[in-house]
Amino acid sequence: MSVFEGVKEIIVEILDVAPEDITLESKLVEDLEADSLDIVEMVMQLEDKFGLQIPESAFEDLKTVKDVVEYLEKRLQEK
Amino acid sequence: MKKRRVVVTGMGVISPVGNDVATFWENLIAGKSGIRPIERFDVSQYPTRIAAQVLDFNPTDYIGRKDSRRMDRFVQFACAAARIALEDSGLKVNPENAFQIGVWVGSGIGGLETMENQHEVLLTRGGSAVSPFLVPMMISNMASGQISIMTGAKGPNGCTVTACATGTNCIGEAFRFIQRGDAIAMIAGGSEASITPLGMSGFCAMKAMSTRNDDPTGASRPFDLERDGFVMGEGAGVIVLEELEHALERGARVYAEIIGYSTTADAYHVVQPDPGGEGAARAFAMVLDDAGILPQDVDYINAHGTSTEINDAMETQAIKKVWGEHAHRVAISSTKSVTGHMLGAAGAVEFMAAVLACQYDIIPPTINYKTPDPACDLDYVPNRARRRRVNIAVSDSLGFGGHNAALAVRKYEHNR
Repeated sequence: MSVFEGVKEIIVEILDVAPEDITLESKLVEDLEADSLDIVEMVMQLEDKFGLQIPESAFEDLKTVKDVVEYLEKRLQEK
Repeated sequence: MKKRRVVVTGMGVISPVGNDVATFWENLIAGKSGIRPIERFDVSQYPTRIAAQVLDFNPTDYIGRKDSRRMDRFVQFACAAARIALEDSGLKVNPENAFQIGVWVGSGIGGLETMENQHEVLLTRGGSAVSPFLVPMMISNMASGQISIMTGAKGPNGCTVTACATGTNCIGEAFRFIQRGDAIAMIAGGSEASITPLGMSGFCAMKAMSTRNDDPTGASRPFDLERDGFVMGEGAGVIVLEELEHALERGARVYAEIIGYSTTADAYHVVQPDPGGEGAARAFAMVLDDAGILPQDVDYINAHGTSTEINDAMETQAIKKVWGEHAHRVAISSTKSVTGHMLGAAGAVEFMAAVLACQYDIIPPTINYKTPDPACDLDYVPNRARRRRVNIAVSDSLGFGGHNAALAVRKYEHNR
């Protein structure tokens, strides 16, 4: 499964949006209506799924689905 | 200052005997018990293996999927009952009236299931894995918080937490807000969802619950000599209280008028009621006084009647103290014989039973009443519903901590 597919699965579960509505360009807050608690929960699930620790300082830069996917891909390469 | 009159214009219920008011009432009248074996989790090691569970409840019938995922079961029940009650009342919350419509829906315990699940996460995966929704799901004021978010009601908001008297106290306090002029309408009641491993363990340890596991529907037998404890129930009761003139102006259907409220404390013991029933008697006397009525004016008492040895005898004493020679003439019943003990929701659904008794002139029975107890020698409307004019009804609740509360309701008549 690609990183994008994995991220999408978590977003569908937490934000209750249809998978077809999620694109790389989707903005988490504006388009997908995530609030601050959703983002915390999402990050926790991403950590579990991808076996990473994501520092809180990284959250702020994750505005779009693409930001999340690129961040995860970078971290996975460093592993 | 002249107190404003307050009426009930909407009711909603999620209960072990029905998730709508009509079904709930039919089952109370028919004496059809909602108690059965617990199947939700393994109870083989518990002395009590039965409960009055809410079945066929799908939160997304009432709440969006995303919102319902962030709610403990007790908040889901409360939001569902509030939605039903508000629709039933026809009251619309809009920008003009939002600050005058409040919410006062409590829970005796709060989000126990959420707490247990997240504690499991803490022990197995560590603190960093605990959900950010633990706190907003668990705290017992969140029923009122979520109902305000769902409905847009921005008036007085909070809850009264008095264990098994919660529902009665919440409706009573809401009544006062309207009487005082702080609100034109209040969404009020109680909710509980504590049929969980920890909840069952705690109440089992107190030896407060019936162990009549082989006879679930016969287990809750208030005032009967063979009673051996209460049966835990769950669910929510929420009503819409409204200032009379406001209700009339918008052409609302009026169920009944709330005419009195009282609340006292035993100052005696954490879980045992004062056996003399002094605190409960004082609550009864105060509610009659608040309503400006005499004991003989009361046609029906929906008793707390938990089916524990101490409560039912004590409550009988308290009624005798206040009603005196009239005690044998007032019809008394405990609908917990049918619904089990819905704890923080009990007072709310029992007040609804009192309202419905006034509306239909039918008194729901105390089922499973077979063997008279010399300590309980009043008219408990045994086993069969009774048709009788009910002009005024009183509903009381008594909670751990020694809380006593009572409400009085009267058939609605415009000119008094």
